[in-house]
Amino acid sequence: MESTKAQQKKMTKKLTLTGAQAVVQCLLAEGVDTIFGYPGGAIMPVYDALYDFQKEIKHIMTRHEQGATHAAQGYARISGKVGVCLATSGPGATNLITGMADAQLDSTPMVCITGQVASQMIGTDAFQETDVVGISMPVTKWNIQITKAEEIPAALAKAFFVAKSGKPGPVLIDITKDAQFQTFEYNYEPCVNVRSYVPHPKVNLEAVKEAAALINQAKKPLILFGHGILLAEAKEEFKAFVEKTGIPAAWTIMGLSALATDHPLNVGMLGMHGNYAPNLLTNECDVLIAIGMRFDDRVTGDTRRYARQAKVIHLEIDPAEVNKNIPADVALIGNCKHSLKLLLDEVKRNAHTSWLEEFQKLTKQEVDKVIKDELSPAPDKQISMGEVIKHISEVTKGNAIIVTDVGQHQMVAQRYFNYQLWRSNVTSGGLGTMGFALPAAIGAKFAAPDKTVIAVIGDGGFQMTIQELGTIFQTKIDVKILILNNEYLGMVRQWQDMFFEKRYSSVDMINPDFQTIAKGYGISSMKVQKRDELKNGIEEFLAHKGSFLLEVMVGKENNIFPMIPTGASVSEIRLA
Amino acid sequence: MKKQFTISIYTENLIGLLHRVTIIFTRRHINIESITASESEVHGIHRYTIVVTEEEWQVKNVIKQIEKQIDVFKAFYHPNENIVFQEMALYKMPTTVLSESKEVEKIVRQHHARLLAVEPEFTIIEKTGFKEETQALFEELKPHGILEFVRSGRISISKPMKEFQEYFHEVEKASKH
Ligand SMILES: Cc1ncc(C[n+]2csc(CCOP(=O)(O)OP(=O)(O)O)c2C)c(N)n1
Ligand SMILES: [Mg+2]
Repeated sequence: MESTKAQQKKMTKKLTLTGAQAVVQCLLAEGVDTIFGYPGGAIMPVYDALYDFQKEIKHIMTRHEQGATHAAQGYARISGKVGVCLATSGPGATNLITGMADAQLDSTPMVCITGQVASQMIGTDAFQETDVVGISMPVTKWNIQITKAEEIPAALAKAFFVAKSGKPGPVLIDITKDAQFQTFEYNYEPCVNVRSYVPHPKVNLEAVKEAAALINQAKKPLILFGHGILLAEAKEEFKAFVEKTGIPAAWTIMGLSALATDHPLNVGMLGMHGNYAPNLLTNECDVLIAIGMRFDDRVTGDTRRYARQAKVIHLEIDPAEVNKNIPADVALIGNCKHSLKLLLDEVKRNAHTSWLEEFQKLTKQEVDKVIKDELSPAPDKQISMGEVIKHISEVTKGNAIIVTDVGQHQMVAQRYFNYQLWRSNVTSGGLGTMGFALPAAIGAKFAAPDKTVIAVIGDGGFQMTIQELGTIFQTKIDVKILILNNEYLGMVRQWQDMFFEKRYSSVDMINPDFQTIAKGYGISSMKVQKRDELKNGIEEFLAHKGSFLLEVMVGKENNIFPMIPTGASVSEIRLA
Repeated sequence: MKKQFTISIYTENLIGLLHRVTIIFTRRHINIESITASESEVHGIHRYTIVVTEEEWQVKNVIKQIEKQIDVFKAFYHPNENIVFQEMALYKMPTTVLSESKEVEKIVRQHHARLLAVEPEFTIIEKTGFKEETQALFEELKPHGILEFVRSGRISISKPMKEFQEYFHEVEKASKH
């Protein structure tokens, strides 16, 4: 291993390459084997260089650069590796912005490489010149423009290091066309640190002791778990911590799948459309242990009336997140895998039986008032989204990767699928990007070709990136596409129903025939309109070899409950 | 309560970094009252000095967001009590107002300002001090005819004795952790 590395180094030492060839070599050096992108003038030299490495680097041409970013995100979220995107200057580059913003809010490691007009043309309003470094600054963890070939290796090495270390995020490298053509002596040194950047702060051992003392004394503790656990690969540590302390644990939608849905201590989803018990009991607990989550407003509701009674322990890698939204009594700043390990030694084995019963009591209320009707609606009612998800969950036994879009179907999928696989939920949490799911599912499938990947999408969101059916067609990958069609922009309609006196302004969707569209792309499909067709439909959907589009017509005006209206407190969660 | 704070930021010397820092203020609708940038006591490391009037909790958040930027080493904020600060102002006047009466020279002397350049057509006066002081001089010179006036951003030195060098070594060490 060591000697081959050294050999490689020697070999590459005196290599004269063009900047474009260097980009490809850097990708190989970083272990990249799959990238997503779309060609164009300013990035053509890199595409030309890729031509010689088609075996080593699979380039997935999406149908839109936004699709490439979401595919790279889906790939990164499932593989744990850095997602890589390639695009041309100008419109190609601006089409990356939504995906980068999404990756920034959801801490997804991603490196985007864009071509730029030749350096002597910069500032002349040249054809397809856009200041993408300026535009992307607020939505990237780091970005840089490269105008000389010799700067490429160090910039790419830093890009990969920054993207994946600490709190991961998107990075953009903009390379002028002349730098791609220039030749230089290539040499690659991986980046192991950046002197001004502390990705992994050292956990304060005093704070660990303080936190453990609070946890050991707590009568009604509650764990909130987020994406940080998945990002830190803290699967075992987290499970051990939950089981040793016996503390009920509730998830943010980004933390979903860090603990199996049916784990006895998993008490459900937090926030706006989360479960009744964990939301209400957030304002009853005595110690709140937040792990790898950032107290997003969709989770907290009104922060002035959020967990005021509780001591808050915050395990977080990013110091900027501590005390930002909710003040922490004890902060364990560092990688939560490490903090959890330290905590695990200090906490006592415990069980919180009567406290757990409080969750069960409230859960029963939610089952009676909401869940029963959602999962088994009266026979005269239209199909509900919940029963579709429940069926799929049963048939797959929860062993699938669920990629959701944004809207009512997203909430239903996350609430009712019985997630069994670690890191099996891919969704757009922070940005709430409609159109995310289809391309993200493509990326997820490339990351986990052996797993069933199901994209759950609304009729609205599907049409935002519907062109990515072309990517599926061309790559022949197997993505299951479930369209929960309520012929509405359902989530917006629900708000208009509840908060705008049912004034349904621009939410009804006159949809095309999705089956005809699927057919055009060579994708088998089925449309389910009646309940008695549902079971067979789902079975065929899942058993089919290759991609399949299942459209299910669901209740048009069903609302998602529970709900915490915007600005309300978690205590004000409504069951109807 | 809003209060005036001076923020000092130590950074790598890179294109675009200042923009990365200022958009953190823009996004939170915080007005930058003054800004200066120059090389610091550590070779190759730059220092931005930014003055804002804001609530302290907000400034604290901003500091963390600034430090979060990859190429920023460290950011500090101080209320005015904890720093020594100055601004410099330059005043351009027709040389004739100095040659025709002793009044302007007297004002310059009283304000401990100095003549930076005397040309046949114009004279440049320099005054370093607090904003109120450079402003006071401006008001007095104004009736005599100011052709041009400019005031620099604030520069400030903090009172605590820990040197940036020390922080620099701490951050550099922690970056390898
Ligand atoms: C790109 C984008 N535009 C607008 C919105 C606002 N929005 C949130 S949910 C939603 C409706 C989604 O409708 P659909 O995809 O049919 O899903 P449903 O809620 O009906 O399940 C809209 C418009 C958004 N989240 N993203
Ligand atoms: Mg819909």
